Amino acid sequence: MSEKFDVIVVGAGPSGNAAAYTAAKAGLSVLQIERGEYPGSKNVQGAILYANALEQIIPDFREDAPLERHIIEQRMWVLDDESFVGTHFRSDDYNKPPYNRYTIIRAQFDKWFSSKVKEAGALVICETTVDSLIMDGDQVVGVRCDRQGGEVFADVVILADGVNSTLARKAGFHGEIQAGNVALAVKEILFMPQETIEARFNVKDEEGVVIEMFGKITDGLMGTGFLYTNKDSITLGVGCMLSDFKGNPNRTSPYTMLEKMKAHPSIAPMIAGGEMKEYCAHLIPEGGFHAVPKTFGNGWMIVGDSGGFVNAVHREGSNLAMTTGRLAAETAIAAKAAGKGFKAKQLAGYKAALDESFVMKDLHKYRDMPSVFHDNSQFFTTYPELVNRAARTMLTVDGIDKKTKEKEIFSSFRKSRSLAGLAGDAFKLWRAFR
Amino acid sequence: MHIVVCIKQVPDSAQIRVHPVTNTIMRQGVPAIVNPYDLFALEEALRLKDKFGGKVTMLCMGPPQAEDALKKCISFGADDAVLVTDRSFAGADTLATSYALAAAVRQISKEQKVDIVFTGKQTIDGDTAQVGPGIAKRLGLQLLTYVSRIADLDLENDTITVERRAEGGVQVLKTAVPCLITMLEGTNEMRFAPLENMIHAARYPVRKWNKEAAGIEDVTKIGLKGSPTVVSKVFGPTPRAEKALMQSVDDATPRDVALNVIQKIFTQHPTLERDILAKASV
Repeated sequence: MSEKFDVIVVGAGPSGNAAAYTAAKAGLSVLQIERGEYPGSKNVQGAILYANALEQIIPDFREDAPLERHIIEQRMWVLDDESFVGTHFRSDDYNKPPYNRYTIIRAQFDKWFSSKVKEAGALVICETTVDSLIMDGDQVVGVRCDRQGGEVFADVVILADGVNSTLARKAGFHGEIQAGNVALAVKEILFMPQETIEARFNVKDEEGVVIEMFGKITDGLMGTGFLYTNKDSITLGVGCMLSDFKGNPNRTSPYTMLEKMKAHPSIAPMIAGGEMKEYCAHLIPEGGFHAVPKTFGNGWMIVGDSGGFVNAVHREGSNLAMTTGRLAAETAIAAKAAGKGFKAKQLAGYKAALDESFVMKDLHKYRDMPSVFHDNSQFFTTYPELVNRAARTMLTVDGIDKKTKEKEIFSSFRKSRSLAGLAGDAFKLWRAFR
Repeated sequence: MHIVVCIKQVPDSAQIRVHPVTNTIMRQGVPAIVNPYDLFALEEALRLKDKFGGKVTMLCMGPPQAEDALKKCISFGADDAVLVTDRSFAGADTLATSYALAAAVRQISKEQKVDIVFTGKQTIDGDTAQVGPGIAKRLGLQLLTYVSRIADLDLENDTITVERRAEGGVQVLKTAVPCLITMLEGTNEMRFAPLENMIHAARYPVRKWNKEAAGIEDVTKIGLKGSPTVVSKVFGPTPRAEKALMQSVDDATPRDVALNVIQKIFTQHPTLERDILAKASV
């Protein structure tokens, strides 16, 4: 027996769930195939949920989705070895519902999202790996699984199989992933009583704080660290480009980097007493605009991490995943309604919708960002040190007049980076952020 | 032949954390699985079905989400599934649980006579091993616990012969069918479901029975009311002071590795070497 569905979705992460939900809700017959033991068992994220992308799919998600805290304060820290310079943005605006973003625990959130997918009418099967796509000439017509009688067919296959996207690579839709295009991130969830979190971070009820960090915590590699407050735990993580880990002369392992970060004098007191509940590691596609492969073809579309849809600059991923998943499903729904088949021509609306959305617009805006930071490690070593030293010089009261201090700061910058270097770095940043 | 297999949905105990303050189990985000011991019972039932034909009906008492556990069993090849679910079952201990399950088995046998009831040897969350025997007693079935092998099933004469793990050996028991068997772990290996079964299971409409449908008349015997068990105190085990040490060795032969490890142990426990030498000289 070989069944045929309207849509097969491979993978049950945010993009796959968004696609399966949207398609099933519209009345299409949907089969979702997940490799893990249950939906979410293989999924890793920071995790911040940006409300808007999910709102477009499930408008009343706030009613029953497991959300931790809504973010009312965003901190940006630039760290050297013993200090940090930072900005904090806190606004009571963020305390007015509907809230803009939340911290979530993915194990719980994914379980909820998957239950919505099933309610919408999609069939979800787990512990099943899709080995390859079934082709009829140049048309994708189904998938082949690792189970007996493992062939199943569909008009459209949506590839939501995650960062490695073995399926798309096997089918030749995109090349091998490059170490320079993926970050390796590790994180820990540390249990801490609710009261302790609220006292340490100056929040109450369901309010939360996010700290984004960069500087010397990444050992000179291109990367960032983060700390998120959950209801009764803290998520702490750090990530760097995989190619940098490989080429790093210090041979710092991701785990050591995280341990070092936890011991930083500015971070250690915030997490003191936390009991580790979870340790995860995951790859993040951070190649940006230039690394996005072909997104659709005859009978297939690619969504989420599999398509490299991550905005590394703003630490956004799951919202792009959900949006691409939704747009792919909407394209499939439209193609089904039009009744003219599911060739690339009928699925081209997906790319048009992507280009029209914030997804491709944002990726395009920061298209040169990854390479700027990647080729200029001073942004992660020299500058954080200089900025911290400048702050220390200026704020230490020791009988030296302020004019002399200013001079000292300026000369320390000039000594570390020539005037031309400083100007060049500023220009590079301006170009990349423009 | 009609076989009923009783299962329980349990939190995956390998992933459970104990709340550091209240000592209660933190179930949030912990995946729910089919009690692993029950899967040996299911596989044994499926093997009997493969050999003799018939039907395997799954039975579970639990909250509505326990439906997932039953669907999983359907994917392995069970034919039907009943979830006994009712708010009034909440807080049931083994006495109340076996009462409710026995009633449900009675209802199931009204549809088709039940020949064998299977359960796992125990659950991984309660560890009591009382529910299986409880059902057998209430239904007046022959009870075979800790069964490691079904040697023979004679449907003509309604007899069954099984091997049972006992202290110091294996008992071979022969009794009459219908009976209840609690299956020992490690006795078989669960099959890998074909894709067709996975899709069938995802679609399968699990039957949900409330207490009336399950044929329960006496509400004082179910749920918290029917549970005389009292939890007087919850406490976490004290962490052990001694720690395991990892020792990496590059020695070429097992003998060298062993000598090296023994040497390291003696270095840490000087008295141990002396004691052993003293004993050896006696």
